[in-house]
Amino acid sequence: MVRSATGRRLHRIAIYGLFAVVALYTLFPFYWMIASSLKSGQAIFDVTFLPDLKFNNYEAILSDGVFLRSLLNSLVVAASVVALSLGLAIAAAYALGRIDFRGRSPIMFLFLAVSMFPQIALLSGLFEMIRWLGLYNTLGSLIFAYMIFTLPFNIWVLTTFMRSLPRQIEEAAIMDGCSPLRIVRCIFLPMMGPALISTGLLAFIASWNEFLFALTFILTDENRTVPVAIALISGSSRYEFPYGAIMAASTIVTVPLIVMALLFQKYIVSGLTAGAVKG
Amino acid sequence: MATGAIRIGLNAKRARTAWLFLAPSLLVLFAVALWPLGRTFLFSFTDAFLTEPDIYAYIGLENYFTLFEDPLWWQSVRNTLYFTVVSVSIETALGLAIALLLNAHMSGRGFMRAVILIPWSIPVVVSARMWQWMLHDQFGILNHVLKLMGVIDHGIAWTANPDLVMPVIIAVDVWITTPFMVLLILAGLQMLPKSIYEAASIDGVSEWRQFTALTLPLLAPSIAVAVLFRLLDALRMFDLSFVLSSNSDDTKTVSIYAREVLVNFQDMGVGSAASAAIFLMIAVVTAIYVTVFRLNRKLLGV
Repeated sequence: MVRSATGRRLHRIAIYGLFAVVALYTLFPFYWMIASSLKSGQAIFDVTFLPDLKFNNYEAILSDGVFLRSLLNSLVVAASVVALSLGLAIAAAYALGRIDFRGRSPIMFLFLAVSMFPQIALLSGLFEMIRWLGLYNTLGSLIFAYMIFTLPFNIWVLTTFMRSLPRQIEEAAIMDGCSPLRIVRCIFLPMMGPALISTGLLAFIASWNEFLFALTFILTDENRTVPVAIALISGSSRYEFPYGAIMAASTIVTVPLIVMALLFQKYIVSGLTAGAVKG
Repeated sequence: MATGAIRIGLNAKRARTAWLFLAPSLLVLFAVALWPLGRTFLFSFTDAFLTEPDIYAYIGLENYFTLFEDPLWWQSVRNTLYFTVVSVSIETALGLAIALLLNAHMSGRGFMRAVILIPWSIPVVVSARMWQWMLHDQFGILNHVLKLMGVIDHGIAWTANPDLVMPVIIAVDVWITTPFMVLLILAGLQMLPKSIYEAASIDGVSEWRQFTALTLPLLAPSIAVAVLFRLLDALRMFDLSFVLSSNSDDTKTVSIYAREVLVNFQDMGVGSAASAAIFLMIAVVTAIYVTVFRLNRKLLGV
């Protein structure tokens, strides 16, 4: 099928037209969020497409100690979850990816099954466990609970990655009597950069965004994470129609994620597809 | 003979190492997933209350009878299934379409792929708030535009109207999660061998035939896995409904129902029964799905 020159040009124009439609559909809500956050006071209720560039909403939300605190909480939780889940997963992935032992397959299946557990099914048992551990209403409860969806996923992706590496790379080290810990640290870790970035980013995003556990295991405002803080900003409290403040808070929470998505697009996509297609 | 013995000794040592390296992860997953799941099932046969979970008595299946006699439970089951089927179908179709579009060899598709990632990566709560504001009955941009176009006279109360709230939630979910579908299907598309298309083109097979006879069948396993992930996600949907229409029975999902009984009413027994029922529901759906689409080999990679 050979197309004429005009046919090809039309084809290109059609595709770029569709690109524009998809981009508009995807991005307009963000534009509107940012534009609304930059309108002050009553101006938010007039529909004007260009923002005023007034930063009152940001001043209001950032001078609110509770919101800043919840930003910090989210950061602490997400960073701890990334560190902890990666540390555990690297060790587990070495065992599952590099060593043939009886029980390997059932354990892989167990991790896969756990990653499919609906969070709500664990809620009452987890509630009891978190109280028993003395973690109720602390950030520790969330760091602990988020292992459910980060750890099995990380183990799967890192195991797949480790298995894809050639057999020979560690053989010499084993024969030399290097300890497994040393093998992981000196041979595998330096090669795992991309896989660690992918899984780390996905664990960060998932923890940053989680809502059900954050809503349930945290009782007081100063321990909340941002999604819950934003969900609980409501008209009945201090602001009457706080959409300006909500949009400003939403923008602040979203910006780091957008930057990450743009900078690390390849890693995120490869992590997602490694988890879904191969895993 | 001697090397064989060494190898066996080495293997046993390696197996010990494996278990040692797995132990922390297994311990954490036991504490955070398996034990709580078991306790949830156990609590579902008791009269425990959230305030004092240590004091309880076994009451058999009573919580399940209470649950199954509650019309609101069945409504939330219907809501969840309806939401899941409709939103996942739309997301699959739209995701496939956009993935095919982005697979075109054009400059700018890297940018498009980054753009499409954004709705998926932000918190659902933020998306819900964003759309809530755009759909506001008095000041929302959507009603404003519709009024300008002369489609409506008065603003529509999108999230307060019982007939509209579910379609609205589905539409917002489509906006949030279609990108996920696009990315997974796109990855599947890029794994297809180019040579078969060249051969088909030389043989004069039309592009539509190439799509239905080559692309779709080859892509089916990728789509099936992506749909499974979305199904699992949609069946436990919580935050979107909670923020957009928290008190509406028309969009109450099973997760919202279970949490409400557990946390708001403090009824750990019935709440756990609801949680256990959800777990079984999702397990059955997953098992049927995996069997029907023969995904077990693909998923486990064995």
